[in-house]
Amino acid sequence: MNKTTVSAFLLSIAAFITPYISHAQRIKGSDTVLPLTQELSEVFAEDRPDAGITVTGGGSGVGISALMEGTTDIAMTSRRIKFSEKMKLVQAGHEVREYIVAYDALAVIVHPSNPVSNLTREQLEGIFRGKITNWKEVGGNDAKIVVYSRETSSGTYEFFKESVLQNRNYMAGVLSMPATGAVIQSVSQTKGAIGYVGLAYLNPAVKAVGISYTADGACALPSTETAMDGSYPVVRPLYYYYDKKMEKIVAPYINFIESPEGQSIILESGFIPKRSEK
Amino acid sequence: MKRLADRTSKWVFTVSGFTTSAVIILIIAFLFTESAGLFSTPIVEEGYVLAVNSSNNVKDLNTEQIKNIFDGEITSWDEVGGKDMEIEIFRLEDLEKIYTVEQLGAEYEHAGEKIAEQIYANPGIIAFIPESMIEGIPDIGFIDDRNIRIKDVLFGREWFPTATPSPIFGILPLILGTLWVSFFAILIALPFGISIAIYMAEVARPEVRKVLKPVIELLNGIPSVIYGFFGLTVIVPFLQNTFGLPVGESGLAGSIVLAIMALPTIITVAEDAMSSCPRSLREASLALGAGHWQTIYKVVIPSSISGITSGVVLGIGRAVGETMAVLMVTGNAAVIPHSILEPLRTIPATIAAELGEAPAGGAHYQALFLLGVILFFITLIINACVETVSSRHKTQA
Repeated sequence: MNKTTVSAFLLSIAAFITPYISHAQRIKGSDTVLPLTQELSEVFAEDRPDAGITVTGGGSGVGISALMEGTTDIAMTSRRIKFSEKMKLVQAGHEVREYIVAYDALAVIVHPSNPVSNLTREQLEGIFRGKITNWKEVGGNDAKIVVYSRETSSGTYEFFKESVLQNRNYMAGVLSMPATGAVIQSVSQTKGAIGYVGLAYLNPAVKAVGISYTADGACALPSTETAMDGSYPVVRPLYYYYDKKMEKIVAPYINFIESPEGQSIILESGFIPKRSEK
Repeated sequence: MKRLADRTSKWVFTVSGFTTSAVIILIIAFLFTESAGLFSTPIVEEGYVLAVNSSNNVKDLNTEQIKNIFDGEITSWDEVGGKDMEIEIFRLEDLEKIYTVEQLGAEYEHAGEKIAEQIYANPGIIAFIPESMIEGIPDIGFIDDRNIRIKDVLFGREWFPTATPSPIFGILPLILGTLWVSFFAILIALPFGISIAIYMAEVARPEVRKVLKPVIELLNGIPSVIYGFFGLTVIVPFLQNTFGLPVGESGLAGSIVLAIMALPTIITVAEDAMSSCPRSLREASLALGAGHWQTIYKVVIPSSISGITSGVVLGIGRAVGETMAVLMVTGNAAVIPHSILEPLRTIPATIAAELGEAPAGGAHYQALFLLGVILFFITLIINACVETVSSRHKTQA
């Protein structure tokens, strides 16, 4: 093969692939948002055979750094972009756009036999920081509190620390579990246990407690309804971040999420759709 | 021709032997170099500083004090040797709450000035900010930054690798956790493993042995996460009910799971060693009038001791280095365990759970590699001990 044939061959391949590439999108980031994004992109791609979407996980931080390096088009995160990350992106010449895909509520769970059904943020902070160690201090039985948390690499761990503990550290003796399923399993078989999981994972083997962030102590149980009307406080937005230059390419996908079909997929997956713009 | 073949084969074996050894040594060297940087890393996150008002006379804080200040445990400067003045915490994230995007500038070019403004205005402030942002701005006090000390790491009692602004890498609880779990795992696995091996090699009828051996070897092929799940759903509640514990995830649960996992290795290797004990030795012993048990104890075991030892070493190696199963059943609480019935955290579980999110090259990453080095030494020491004990047996025999 001489040079011209090779280049002609390559060119024809390129010509063949390019139209697909121009529509293809890469989405990378948080494992919390991953199942939802997969579900959404699958349905999205059904009607548009030319729109290939590749979705990969790895964690919120991984998604943002991939966006910085240009190896992904959309970064999905289970937390808001950090100020330091935003500064780096701006300095690297990216103008980032933020889009809230959906909301995820965190439920605080206890053993089903536990009589405690409401806790305030201050009480939760005391429990997870080791200041409150017995259930009777928060109106329960005389039993030791066993605190379950997630591993430090988890976005859920970070969010719980930020929202409930107000950026203070968990106590040293907290039991850290490698997965949400393990937290549920342990809480369901330990009488004095308390832990936190995503709303979508709640099941009858554990009991969710009502939480109040306000001084009047009005507690709300976690559910899609209370999270949507704003009465349940431990709710976190899930984000997409993309470069402003990519806006046109990303737009059809985002429009699809905004459509009633997209919103119903979010609800079915156990996440909370954006509150109807108020 | 024959000599040529001899020479080539010799050459090939030498080269492959040397390359394999070199690769292993390189891996160990890699572990060391990756972890070496830890002790030349400053205690405050790299690229960041702790800035205070210039009127503040506190210049020196240790990691514990920094953590307690940012946790709100220490609220006044006089607790750390300063004036009687309330501590005000400022994080970079607070900047967005105080100022608008316009005030900070499109590329945050005014951010430094605004931080300085805050520092000038509040005499009790402690600000955790990037060094580059306040470079060249006068009249700002800093907390002196020193490197992480070896003593604080090796004998530190607290493991807070993601605490900001200054992570704490006390690895004592992790080392003790690993030793406790491994010790009890060996204690459980050794007598069971050796006795099953003796049963299979000496007592069991050939038909029984034919069935039992593949079954035990099959156990070796079960993925560790399945053992972990079994431990979490069966052993943990069992221990909880038996001992009346507030929490079932404990060192003992980890030891039992590890013992079960180490058993197949110990059994198969030890059994192989015993079965290959020469028939002549056995017959000689029996001919001298020794009983079956005496033959096993005095002849078969001593003659196959090196095989039994390697089985034990392999089994221990598996127990010490096991990750997933332990991660699921020990509770992973980074506290110094006072009894085997308390939750604890092992070194392999820590590395597995945390390495994924630790930024490459950072202090947390280096600390995890240091844990790897320590794990390597623990295994090395245990293996050396087992070798010494078994070689002493040999000389006696």
